[in-house]
Amino acid sequence: METTSFLPVLILISSLIPGVLILLLREEQVALRTSLNLFGAFAKVAMVAWAFFGYMRGETYDFIFSLAPDLTFALRLDALGLFFAALSSVLWLITTVYAIGYLDKGPHQNRFFAFFSLCVTASTGIALSGNVITFFIFYEFLTLSTYPLVVHKGTDDAVAAGRTYLWYTIGGGTVLFLGVVGLYVVAGPIYFGQTEIIAGLISEFPTQLSILFFLILTGLGVKAAIFPLHGWLPTSMVAPAPVSALLHAVAVVKAGAFGIVRLVYDVYGVGIAEEMNYLAVLAVFAAFTIIYGSVRALYQDDFKKRLAFSTVSQVSYIALGVAIPGALSSTGAIVHLVHQGIMKITMFFAAGNVAETYGYKKISQLNGMGRRMPLTMGAFTIAVFGMIGVPPAAGFISKWYLGLGAVEAGSYWVILVLLVSSALNAAYFLPIVYRAWFCEPEQEEVPRLRPGRLETQALMLIPVVVTGLLSLAAGVFAAVAGSPLSIAREIAEKLYLL
Amino acid sequence: MTDLPTSPYPALLVGLPVMMAILSLFFRPRGKAFLGLIGCLLTAVLAIFAFVEVTQLGTVIHRLGGWEPPLGILLRMDALAAVFIGMTALVGALISLYAWRYFDAQDTSTDGFPLFWPLWLFLWAGLNGLFLSNDLFNLFVTLEVIGISAVALAVLSGKAGALVSGLRYLLAAITGSMSYLFGVALIYGSTGTLDLEMLGQVLEAGPATTFALLVMTLGLMIKMAGFPFHFWLPPAHSNSLAPVSALLSALVVKGAFYILLRLWMEVFGVSLTYAAGQLIGVAGAIAVIWGSWQAFMQTSLKLIVAHSSVAQLGYLLMVFPLLILPSGVSAASADWLSPAWTASVYQVLSHAFAKASFFLSAGIIVMAVGHDRIESLRDLVGHMRMTALAIGLAGVSLIGLPPSGGFMGKWMLLKGIFLSGQWWWAPVVLVGSLLTAGYIFMLLRLAFAPTGEKEPFQPVPKRLEVFALLLAVSSFLIVLPADYLIQFLEGSEVFGSGIETVLKGGAYGNN
Repeated sequence: METTSFLPVLILISSLIPGVLILLLREEQVALRTSLNLFGAFAKVAMVAWAFFGYMRGETYDFIFSLAPDLTFALRLDALGLFFAALSSVLWLITTVYAIGYLDKGPHQNRFFAFFSLCVTASTGIALSGNVITFFIFYEFLTLSTYPLVVHKGTDDAVAAGRTYLWYTIGGGTVLFLGVVGLYVVAGPIYFGQTEIIAGLISEFPTQLSILFFLILTGLGVKAAIFPLHGWLPTSMVAPAPVSALLHAVAVVKAGAFGIVRLVYDVYGVGIAEEMNYLAVLAVFAAFTIIYGSVRALYQDDFKKRLAFSTVSQVSYIALGVAIPGALSSTGAIVHLVHQGIMKITMFFAAGNVAETYGYKKISQLNGMGRRMPLTMGAFTIAVFGMIGVPPAAGFISKWYLGLGAVEAGSYWVILVLLVSSALNAAYFLPIVYRAWFCEPEQEEVPRLRPGRLETQALMLIPVVVTGLLSLAAGVFAAVAGSPLSIAREIAEKLYLL
Repeated sequence: MTDLPTSPYPALLVGLPVMMAILSLFFRPRGKAFLGLIGCLLTAVLAIFAFVEVTQLGTVIHRLGGWEPPLGILLRMDALAAVFIGMTALVGALISLYAWRYFDAQDTSTDGFPLFWPLWLFLWAGLNGLFLSNDLFNLFVTLEVIGISAVALAVLSGKAGALVSGLRYLLAAITGSMSYLFGVALIYGSTGTLDLEMLGQVLEAGPATTFALLVMTLGLMIKMAGFPFHFWLPPAHSNSLAPVSALLSALVVKGAFYILLRLWMEVFGVSLTYAAGQLIGVAGAIAVIWGSWQAFMQTSLKLIVAHSSVAQLGYLLMVFPLLILPSGVSAASADWLSPAWTASVYQVLSHAFAKASFFLSAGIIVMAVGHDRIESLRDLVGHMRMTALAIGLAGVSLIGLPPSGGFMGKWMLLKGIFLSGQWWWAPVVLVGSLLTAGYIFMLLRLAFAPTGEKEPFQPVPKRLEVFALLLAVSSFLIVLPADYLIQFLEGSEVFGSGIETVLKGGAYGNN
């Protein structure tokens, strides 16, 4: 591999530079801060789109920087990476708009937006990483850049949550470090897609490579919140709503899930992973997490906490899809990377809107909310139907493909898991919808914390409507060329045909 | 040796700081500081020029007064020396700039504080001399110069605590030097030469050599605060003034490590066994765990940072077992040597930058809050963004998270550990990292926490914050030239070689 383009670097610095510059600004330079943010966000979306069309035309975008002998920093745009980069850049743009409205005149905004940008830099870096070490570098960078966001409020709760978050992620990072170094020692530097390296070594070092697989999987499992490594996720929902939205939809949990996709498909290769029974183990953990997260979600009255446990469950669909061999289930897994992202971000936006506008943080307070905030709750409802898997919303597509894949692979128990989990999804989400639309509000007149003509601030309303519509569109237009599904299918088919 | 190119730089690197130090003694406090700063900056510039020359010409030498050894003194600057000198220059220059503003802000400039400058220049000359020395006795002299000026710097504040810990430091330093000198005498008695290179060829295995190795290693371990001789370091480093703590931890302890490395690699090959390497590795491993744990238990910022040095130096000792090859393995076939060497260099570099930055930040906090109990960090992020960021970055480098210099060190160390098959060191590296993360994030957590009932932050000169931050950022930037730096070092005689242990006092395996 050699450097053919600086585009990957430009995509990275479109959020890195605003992040660093904002850190240097004074708090009152609002206009400059906002322009930097939006400029970076738009530039990133534009460049990712450009790269996408270039990739379609067959261009390659590789960037290589040698850090040390056989320690190479490599960025590369492949289909899977671009897919994830597109998700994170689009959602970053939307979340930035939301955060500008959400934080309004709150304190420490420079710090917030700076680390927000760095966090997106890290997740884009994860998407564009061309080899294991580069992935690891950004994976750890993500931990560090999200910590200040988790503790942003500076309350004792937030600081305690930050502590939990760090123990989990640093611990996971250490295990991952061990695995990555080990992999380097056994197999040398591995670029994503070079599955032939492990395939050639597996008969010689079966034990070592198996241990390394599970070490790396454990490290990734922390961020992907796979049971029993999920404890940090519900705790860290004390963060401000835009942070939770980004953390749950694209940045942290997705980094873990995306890493698992890379590990199985592009490092070890599905063939080896299946042959060595790695996938069976992963499937068991993923399936258990799906059910476990849903059950826990049932018992939460705190709105965001219920959403958080739902994330624990939903992200494991990705791991489950990876764990079932076959093009159909991997289509389901890859497309769910995007689908879960847009649906869950809609939900967190909605929860944020309710909490910021009326101060309600509990589900039991949501009676009649549909009348007060029809657009917000409307978007939320779309996302709920998506999560449950009601056609034609986005989540249906994911579950459909996962189910087809399970049938194809003969793993009928997975169908059962999907059914149970869908029922549970309905059981913990529908009451919210029911309360919002069909229950009478307890008090007629409630003072609004954020007055205005619209149901809430425009900058908070537009994002939730947009992502709500996106999660509908991703399902309705799934068959259209260029939809997340069509791209996911292409990636998966390529994976299995090669 | 004679065919190596001659260069004036080695002599200037020692001579200039000494001259400036002596010159500054004749001036009033204000002039002393001014001349001192000029001397520091000139020395740094000179070091950079010298570094560039070595990259172009390879190893250069300088015969003082034109005399050939053994009569004259020969200074020798190879790639390893160049890297250490370059590091001293960058870290030293930033600390000097900080110190200039720091002593200004203390407004007691009529006290002993101005003596900082000549002492620091002497120290710098000593360090440069140490890196350039080519014989055992000169190394002793430079060690003494460093030791004495370091102790004098440590007690500069004149506070009772500093005097007590300074005295302990002095005793440790003297014991270390004497132990080392004893070894030198033994070697000279048995071989009649002090030249490192000649010794590498003529030294024969035997009880005298082994004993000399033992006492010299002991002496140097005391000087570099290697476990179990680390007792003097935390009080000495934590009781000093901020710029002094930074110098002591970032640079001074590295001098002793440098000699230890040279002695083991270049001189005592014949007496070293696999077991000796394992033993020093165990000392390092205990230092990593114990030092980190101690740091974790402290409640004052400077003590945390000081205990952390004990741990970070432990990582350096853990490189030694990897450099000693089992009998029958040649350096050419040992693919873990290069990672092990890289690990040691990057651990030295990243610790120098990160720890200097950390102590300078601690100084800023003491200046702002009046004490350095860890509660003083509360809401640091809200009041002093730059210092909070500096502590964060330096901390991340100490933990060894990517993409910091510390990460490069840990990555290479683990890689070397696995490649050499000595996997038992791996858990130590990881547990050390986790413990480090424990105390670093304890600090960061406070930095984000609400103020509570803490003394308010007094304004502190912005420039101080800038220099601390620059050092912290540098601990990341050093990763960028890694590829180049490693290739440069591979050209050096020592770097990339290991010691073959041969059962019956065989030849020195250096290829």
